[in-house]
Amino acid sequence: MAGAVSSLSVQHDKAGLLESRQATREAPWVKAAILTVALSFFAIFLLLPLVVVFVEALAQGWETYLTALVEPDALSAVKLTLLAAVISVPLNLVFGVAAAWAITRFDFRGKPLLITLIDLPFSVSPVVAGLIYVLVFSSHGWFGPWLAEHDIKVIFAVPGIVLATIFVTVPFVARELIPLLQAQGREEEEAAVVLGARGWQVFWYVTLPNVRWALLYGVILSNARAMGEFGAVSVVSGHIRGETNTLPLHVEILYNEYNFAAAFAVASLLALLALVTLAVKSWVEWRASQTVAVED
Amino acid sequence: MSRAATLPRVLPGFGLSLGYTLSYLSLIVLIPLSAVFIRASELPLDAFWHAVTAPRVLASYRLSFGMALLAAAINTVFGLLLAWALVRYRFPGKKLVDALVDLPFALPTAVAGIALTALYAGNGWLGQYLEPLGIKVAFGPLGVLVALVFIGLPFVVRTVQPVLEDMETELEEAATSLGAHRWQTFRHVILPVLQPALMTGFALAFARGVGEYGSVIFIAGNIPMVSEITPLMIISKLEQYDYAGATAIASVMLVASFLLLLAINGLQAWQARRHGRSA
Repeated sequence: MAGAVSSLSVQHDKAGLLESRQATREAPWVKAAILTVALSFFAIFLLLPLVVVFVEALAQGWETYLTALVEPDALSAVKLTLLAAVISVPLNLVFGVAAAWAITRFDFRGKPLLITLIDLPFSVSPVVAGLIYVLVFSSHGWFGPWLAEHDIKVIFAVPGIVLATIFVTVPFVARELIPLLQAQGREEEEAAVVLGARGWQVFWYVTLPNVRWALLYGVILSNARAMGEFGAVSVVSGHIRGETNTLPLHVEILYNEYNFAAAFAVASLLALLALVTLAVKSWVEWRASQTVAVED
Repeated sequence: MSRAATLPRVLPGFGLSLGYTLSYLSLIVLIPLSAVFIRASELPLDAFWHAVTAPRVLASYRLSFGMALLAAAINTVFGLLLAWALVRYRFPGKKLVDALVDLPFALPTAVAGIALTALYAGNGWLGQYLEPLGIKVAFGPLGVLVALVFIGLPFVVRTVQPVLEDMETELEEAATSLGAHRWQTFRHVILPVLQPALMTGFALAFARGVGEYGSVIFIAGNIPMVSEITPLMIISKLEQYDYAGATAIASVMLVASFLLLLAINGLQAWQARRHGRSA
C-alpha cells in the first residue's frame, strides 16, 4: 500500500501565501502549539529512531564498526541482498510498464479488479507472503516431491529469497505509472501511430520521456523494499549464515546474539540506503516540478 | 458491449501487455496465494477451527488488531497535525521534515525494530525516563503500539497532505467573511473536506499495522498471551513444522487483508468522487 499514497506529487509551497491571509491563518499561539506538537511527534517517532541507529553503530568506535562490515558473513549478506534486488527490480519494472500500458491505454472488462489484484502484495502480511512459497515449493508443498527428485532447492535457499522479494515489490512501478499515464491520456501516442510510428518507437519516444521520473521513483522504491524486506524473506530463508542470509536477516542474527554494535553497524548500512532513497525521491520530485514549470 | 469491442484500437500491444501482466501476476501472486486457501480447505473442519481459535492465537488477534486500531487512531490525529504544519506554515527545516516523513517506507523494518527497542529499553534514551514513571514500553504490548505508530505515520500524512494542498482557500475566506471563528471554519468547512482522506489514511495505517512483523518482533518481547502478534503465531507454527496450523491462521489473516483492501478501495473511490481527482 505504500505506493497507494506515495505517488510523485508536484506541489508548490503555498504556506507563505496562506500565512499572510487573515482567513487562512491561525492565532500565533495556535500556530506555535500545532508546530510544537507536530514537530515533537516527528522528532520522537521518526528522527530519534534514525539517529539512534548511527549512534549505537559507532558506540564502540570506528574499528569495531568497520570490522562488523567487512567480516565474511556480512559480505555474503551484502552479496545476496544485491542479488535479490538485481533480479527482482528489473522484473517488476517490466511488469509495471506492461501493466500500466494495458490498463491505461486500452478498455477491457474487469479493469478495476486487475488494479486491485496488482495492489494485493501491499495488503498481505510479509509473513503470509513468505508462507505461500513454502506451501508451494517446500518438501511438504505442491511441487516439493518433483523438486526433490530433480535436486532443486527453492525454500531455505536463494531462489526462495528471490521469489519472496519479487512478491513484495510487485506493485511499486505499476502504482507510480498508472495514475500518471491515466492523467496524460492517449492522444499523443495515437497521433504518433497515425503519423506512422511503430509500437516500440511510440513507447520509446513518446511515452517514456513523459513518465521517466515516475518510473525512476518506482524503481527506487522497489529497490529500497527489495533490499530491506525482512518478514517474507525470513520465512523462506532458513537463516543459514553465509549462505541464505540477507542484510536484514544478518542484523537480526547479530542482535539476537547480543552483538549490538555489529547489529547496528550493519543496520546503519540499510539506514544509509533509506536516506539515499529519500534523497533521490526529493531530487526526482524537484526535477519533475522543474519539468512541469517549463511546460507551463 | 464494452468500448474495446466497438471502437478500432489505434495503439498496439494490447495482447502482449495484458497477456504478460496476467501471466506474471498469476505466477507470482495469485497461484501462490490460492495455495493458502486450497491447503486450508483440505484441513478437517475441527482441526482448522482448533488452530484459529486456540487461546494464544485469539490473544494474538486481540493484540494485533487492537494495537493496529489504536496506532492508526494516534496517527490520524498527529498525522493531520503534521500535514497541516507542512502545508500551512513556514518553519526552518521544513524540506527535511517533509522528506523524512517517508522514512518508515524506506527504512527496513528490522532496522526500525532494533532502533525502537534501543530507544525504549530500560537503559535506552527514552526508556530510562519512562520506566521510573512505571511506563514499560519495550518488551510488552506498548512496544507493539510504538512500532505500529512508527510504521503507520506516513500513510496518514501522505493521504491528507495533497488534499490540504489542493483545498480552495475561497471556502475559508467565505466562512470568515460570514463571521465564523477559525475553529468553526476548521470544524465545519475544512474537516468535512479532509474526512475521506483521513479515513483512507486511517484504513491504510490500520491494514499495514495488522500484518506488520519486522519492526514489532524486536520490541514486543513476544510473551505468550501478552505480546505475541498474529504474524508471529504463523512463524512459530512453521518453526514447529505445523504447516496446517500456520496455513489456517494465514487464511484468517488473508481474509482480513482482502476485506481491508475492499474497504480502502471504496474509501479511495469516495475520495476521488469528492474531489474529482484520483487519490
